[in-house]
Amino acid sequence: MQVLIGIAGKDFVLTAADTTTARSIVVMKHGEDKSRLLNKHNLLLYTGEPGDTVQFAEYIQCNIKLYEIRNGLELGTSACASFVRKQMAESLRSRGPYNVNYLIAGASKKGEPELYWGDYLAASQKMPFAAQGYAAYFVMSTMDRYWRPDLSLEEARVLLQKCLDELKTRFIGNLPEFLIKVVDKDGVRIIA
Amino acid sequence: VRRGTCAVGVRGKDSVVLGVEKKSVLKLQDPRTVRKVVLLDDHVCMAFAGLNADARVLINKARMECQSHRLTVEDPVSVEYISRYIAGVQQKYTQSGGVRPFGISTLIIGFDKDKNGQSVPKLYQTDPSGIYSAWRANAIGKSATTVREFLEKNWKEDMLEDEVVKLTVKSLLEVVQTGSKNIEIAVMKNDGILLNLTADEVDAISKIIEKEKEAEAEKNKKPGQPSSLGPVPMQS
Repeated sequence: MQVLIGIAGKDFVLTAADTTTARSIVVMKHGEDKSRLLNKHNLLLYTGEPGDTVQFAEYIQCNIKLYEIRNGLELGTSACASFVRKQMAESLRSRGPYNVNYLIAGASKKGEPELYWGDYLAASQKMPFAAQGYAAYFVMSTMDRYWRPDLSLEEARVLLQKCLDELKTRFIGNLPEFLIKVVDKDGVRIIA
Repeated sequence: VRRGTCAVGVRGKDSVVLGVEKKSVLKLQDPRTVRKVVLLDDHVCMAFAGLNADARVLINKARMECQSHRLTVEDPVSVEYISRYIAGVQQKYTQSGGVRPFGISTLIIGFDKDKNGQSVPKLYQTDPSGIYSAWRANAIGKSATTVREFLEKNWKEDMLEDEVVKLTVKSLLEVVQTGSKNIEIAVMKNDGILLNLTADEVDAISKIIEKEKEAEAEKNKKPGQPSSLGPVPMQS
């Protein structure tokens, strides 16, 4: 569970997650999807302790669903992020804290994109671009240099490609495949 | 429960319909907040007859159970499972000390995927004693027996969606005094989406039913002697 990258563009959020599951030196599986759809316009990407991550993500997913059924309203991204952070905070001082770092990518129905970075210490921050894992050390500076507000999808893909190239050059870990998703006002879709 | 407003459920070939009688809304009351048909999960919904407050509690429990089931079993609930759960809760409160039974009957509709992956419509009923059973068409609440008899006479195998809706509206019109304005219809098709018919659509359907009734009455009057009643009279 290593790398998550998110880039907020003009009316979408572009996300990339690596697809390997590894335990120390052994790669156990390729093609792992490290995200869960919270509702039509919000995506939770997670990384961290292998069991905790999926358990936490699915727990959040079901609770958000429950809220929506109870209240008939789709939760917005900042509401989702606050909820997730609160759950994280409660778990932190409990018997078994969740060791999960996450990104929440969402776009409102009007197309305003939001990206939240959260970690296992229950920190949470809205950011225009973010990364979790070792990637952060390399990729944040690339994005600092090239990110502009109001990126189009093409420009964001170019930026993402720059980040992934950076990782390939400078990161010792070999991450052959990334799952790239776009969250916009029409929902979430995978792009090659 | 018998004094609660009427609710009707009818199962068709690939759709299932719930109809409820809305209590007449007082002038100052906001009609949107009085909801009698509620979603339990994406593919299951229910209507109830009886004490609204009791229903609220039961609905909440059922909704949580739906999600809890999803979390542990990674599968959405089957309609039978959630009916069994609701019935179980209702039964529990008849056996413990210091509590009273839930004063509601519920009609639960939804779709299940059978072995071939086909979506099958289901209709279940629960009552305060905690019994639950599957039905092809049923009614609860005030005048439920009248409506049920009507349904028994008119339910057919494999009805299509419009026939199911028409049957539901027809059966409610039998007992709702104030007419189509106080009827709320919810249709669930096999894609799992719940559609609430607008007041105009309900109105249109009830007008069609009216016309059909009149046409029937005309037909029966025409030959001079109603041929469907009594022995054939002598021709003079």
